[in-house]
Amino acid sequence: MANKMMGIGASAGVAVAKVYILDEQPIVIPQDTAKDVTAELANVSQAITKAKADLENLQKIAQEKLGAEKAAIFEAHASILEDPALTEEFETLIKTQSYNGAKAIGEVAEKYIAMFSAMEDDYFRERAADVKDVTDRLIRYILNLPVADLASIAEEVIIVAEDLTPSQTAQLNPAYVKGFACNVGGRTSHAAIMARSLEIPAVLGLKTILSAVSATDVLAMDGATGEIEINPQKTDVWTKKAETFKKEKAELEQFKTKKTVTKDGFDGFVLEGNIGSPKDVAAVLENGGEGIGLFRSEFLYMDNDHFPTEEEQFEAYKQVVTDMQGKVTIIRTLDIGGDKKLSYFKFPEEMNPFLGYRAIRFTLDRKDIFKDQIRALLRASAFGPVGIMFPMIATVDEFKTAKQFTLDCKAELEKAGVAVGKDLQIGMMVEIPAAAVLADQFAKYADFFSVGTNDLIQYSMAADRMSEHVTYLYQPYNPAILKLLKLTIDGAHKHGKWAGMCGEMAGEPEAVPLLMGLGLDAYSMSATSITKARSIMAKLTRKETAELANKALECDTTDEVLALVHKLMQTK
Amino acid sequence: MTSFKAIITDPVGLHARPASVLSKEASKFASDIKLKCGDKEANLKSIMNVMALAVKTGSEITVEAEGADEKEAITAIEQSMKDNSII
Repeated sequence: MANKMMGIGASAGVAVAKVYILDEQPIVIPQDTAKDVTAELANVSQAITKAKADLENLQKIAQEKLGAEKAAIFEAHASILEDPALTEEFETLIKTQSYNGAKAIGEVAEKYIAMFSAMEDDYFRERAADVKDVTDRLIRYILNLPVADLASIAEEVIIVAEDLTPSQTAQLNPAYVKGFACNVGGRTSHAAIMARSLEIPAVLGLKTILSAVSATDVLAMDGATGEIEINPQKTDVWTKKAETFKKEKAELEQFKTKKTVTKDGFDGFVLEGNIGSPKDVAAVLENGGEGIGLFRSEFLYMDNDHFPTEEEQFEAYKQVVTDMQGKVTIIRTLDIGGDKKLSYFKFPEEMNPFLGYRAIRFTLDRKDIFKDQIRALLRASAFGPVGIMFPMIATVDEFKTAKQFTLDCKAELEKAGVAVGKDLQIGMMVEIPAAAVLADQFAKYADFFSVGTNDLIQYSMAADRMSEHVTYLYQPYNPAILKLLKLTIDGAHKHGKWAGMCGEMAGEPEAVPLLMGLGLDAYSMSATSITKARSIMAKLTRKETAELANKALECDTTDEVLALVHKLMQTK
Repeated sequence: MTSFKAIITDPVGLHARPASVLSKEASKFASDIKLKCGDKEANLKSIMNVMALAVKTGSEITVEAEGADEKEAITAIEQSMKDNSII
């Protein structure tokens, strides 16, 4: 078997250590009926007591390592154990159907797992894993199966498992557990989130790692790239990787509190964070974000059973604007349709929903819904600098209509004596090639542009980004895309306006030098990419990036563009 | 029967931690205590029942208690919701 594997890099870091195989005996629930109901009930109650003691202990461990907030999940686990409704359900099955304890718990657990798994909200859906974690522990005690005790590991290891449950992850001591590699999971799974907060490297979604290693093997892993090597031959390669990672981490840490300045001393570029809900603000500020370049308002609509009222929206926007303490917050108006649906509103069936009734097209058609949002945004702008931006603008008329509608709402509020911010900016997303081509004209009316790269690329290349058959056409570095970016940025600057980007591309290390060279003003990205982008800017001058961008615009292919970027960065 | 109405302000809604806090508080009382949201209701002593409602931020909820210590229960639960920034 090959000794190299690729998984999903879920938590950055490099580790080389002996494997620790967590190969739990699978639970097989016996189907026989309970002979002695009283004894069965006593058995269940004993298992609950044991599990409760475990969870109290786990909460203590988690509190020390992860803090009170993350440890609170185990308090919730303990509450599940003590839940009278649940206990009553087990007991009824045992008493009336003569179920054995394990079967009774298994059946009740399955019902709740199915119910949570079917929920629309991500948060509540993920609670299915909590129910499984708690009830599996109970069943293991009832069946006398061993319950993994990862807290007692006292030598340096990399844990190899099918999956890690929340309770298992919380037991990991970073002093000994150098990393973990699992068959299942992805970047947003519970194990990945815990790994990142514990700063333990993790590679997930490896599919066959558990059967590929044995207890005497040594594993090397890179949690950023997802690369795994079993019994590495050239250990010096891995030592070097680990050193580079450590050095880079320390270097990036200092960029959290530094200003964004290029090597030639220019401080006009702004690095911001993208957020999806008010709770994401903390991460942006922690990583040194100088503003929010994209607040997606969709969460208010999608995690809901009705169109959110003006008041509900106002509270959410106000919270973000207030939390940003004077730094700018750009909020995108409802970008729904395409692949984003609502449970309480039926969009018309269309042959090409991505080219159809969505985003600004929908809100300009449904002014009643739009008005609630615009009024909420305007009211929130009284609490700090706000930018309102409209998604999917294709024509100058569309933008002018949306802007006028906003100004009318503003006049209405002011007339009624409601405070509206003085620093309000009204801008637009550039994600349709027509808008990029005509940026010069749009900039007469818009205060700013923000490029949404995913859509701009998909529409420019006429390639659905969801279709795996045409993924090769997702080419952010194609000279055609760079030319559209240049038109957008130059168009804005000609009228004294600014141009930003809030798509995936803004935070990519290879894109930053090109975007600097094209003169992009604002770079909005996921919070964790900010320090890296800032460190890249500190190494480059505007002159050399302008030369790079000019050469890139003359290239024929994506590969040629990337080769130019790599050549420049190698000298840094 | 004693009751009160409130709007959930926790940004995630009535998620695992607040549901656990409330079920613990409710369990201290002998009265039957219900949490209602829209046309759905849950036994407030059961964290699973409460989480199953998936109550979102901004939702209006009603807490109802019926029994010997219903008044004390309602006061304590309302206070606990305020103390934990749930409402």
